[in-house]
Amino acid sequence: MTDFRRTPVRNAIVLIAGVFACWQIAYWLVGDVALRSPWQTMRFTVELTHTQLFWVHLANTLQAFAAALAIAIVLGLLIGFGLGLHRLSADALEPMLVALYSIPKITLYPILLLAFGLGMSAKVAFGAIHGIIPVALFTLNGVRGVRPILLKTGRVLKLDSIAMVRSILFPAAAPEIFTGLRVGFSLTLIGTVLGEMFAAQHGLGYLLMNAIGLYNVDVIMSVTFLLVVFAASVNGVLLAVDRRLHHRA
Amino acid sequence: MSRVRVYQVAVVAGFVLVLEALCVGGVIDKVTMPPPHRIAVDFVKLLTTKTLYAEIGKSMANVLLAFVLAYVLGIVIGTALHGYKTLRDTLDPLFATYYAIPVFAFYPLFIVIFGLGDGPQVLIGFLLGIVAVIVTTLDGLDRVPGVLRKTALISRLTPLQTALHVTLPFCAPYLLSAAKLALAYAFIGVIGSEFIMARSGMGYEIGFAYTNFDNATMYPLILLILLISVIVNSALSRWERLLLARRGRQ
Repeated sequence: MTDFRRTPVRNAIVLIAGVFACWQIAYWLVGDVALRSPWQTMRFTVELTHTQLFWVHLANTLQAFAAALAIAIVLGLLIGFGLGLHRLSADALEPMLVALYSIPKITLYPILLLAFGLGMSAKVAFGAIHGIIPVALFTLNGVRGVRPILLKTGRVLKLDSIAMVRSILFPAAAPEIFTGLRVGFSLTLIGTVLGEMFAAQHGLGYLLMNAIGLYNVDVIMSVTFLLVVFAASVNGVLLAVDRRLHHRA
Repeated sequence: MSRVRVYQVAVVAGFVLVLEALCVGGVIDKVTMPPPHRIAVDFVKLLTTKTLYAEIGKSMANVLLAFVLAYVLGIVIGTALHGYKTLRDTLDPLFATYYAIPVFAFYPLFIVIFGLGDGPQVLIGFLLGIVAVIVTTLDGLDRVPGVLRKTALISRLTPLQTALHVTLPFCAPYLLSAAKLALAYAFIGVIGSEFIMARSGMGYEIGFAYTNFDNATMYPLILLILLISVIVNSALSRWERLLLARRGRQ
């Protein structure tokens, strides 16, 4: 048991050390023109977090992200369970969902901007369309993988659709659904930040885009660093929970 | 036509008809979206007039380049990595968290380093795709039956020969899924980068048309990108299903 838990931690430490080493080497190669060293970046990041403006942008991004994630999860689960309960719909729509999943959603951004206007709602919509499909697909696969005997038991007990989802499908498909939520989390975050990069007046993506315009390498490095740290650490935690759920199942 | 196919056609037709009704009825105004039949007319016009051919060609060439680089290098790295368990275990958390990282955030750095040309765009598409290819290749190689490896050993094949003649052909269905992923990421990387900052290409033209309220150019271009990616993706999916069916595993 201890061995099982220690290896991932050791791997993570080795990996982080490796990434920092590569970063430092890249800095030595490229120089101050385009990069900052890990140490400089961290110092500037601390400085950045002491400014008022940074917190305004961060709060704005988190707000948009939370709204987008909530929409992605609710709609994703609804689509996933809806299709999971109806065989023909699932057979017909699953390949279409997969095809939709593979299209470059970035190209849809101008349409969303025209539909929602600049600002919060376009960002939220862009984040949400990145997250809905993975949540729906993983949920659908989870529901499909539920053992038939459980479904039969439900039918014998004369459960209606809602009771069926709540007391049989959801618990049985929980590990798969969680994987969907994990993937949906990452994609929604990327979607939201991308949305801010293209057109917004607030948020970390805007801060990044603005820094590109002003050629402010310190800000570019710090914001990138913060985004990567946030995404990687949340994903690490979700991944650990995910593995535990799958092991138990 | 099977029931499933009828269902699918009905869904697509219904979607287009609803959009058409909403546009014609004025619920969606003309500035937001022209009615679908108008987009179809503009689409034909886009394909028959040659004004944007250069931009389309340039973007497609970059997408192809990013795809080929990510695909070939990904398979090579995946195959090489498969033998080294410790290294693979160490890189595993990187692979698992990789797609949580907004790779686009690095685009500005690449522009500063490589200049505002095709390089950073191809690099983004390549970086997005390669890890998916590596992971899928590893996944496929994990499933090669021991007896095939033993046969290769008995035939005294070198590691390279084993990979080329035994293990990689066995992984063909996995390599096809890897191709789908790499292609999708190449599109996202190149078109997205052109959107954020570029001087030419389809993404740039879409952005340009957007700022000029030029829906007659914007919608057909978007439609073209969506059509290309969906068609290529379904062709690869069909090929994958054929391979799997031939092996009697479906």
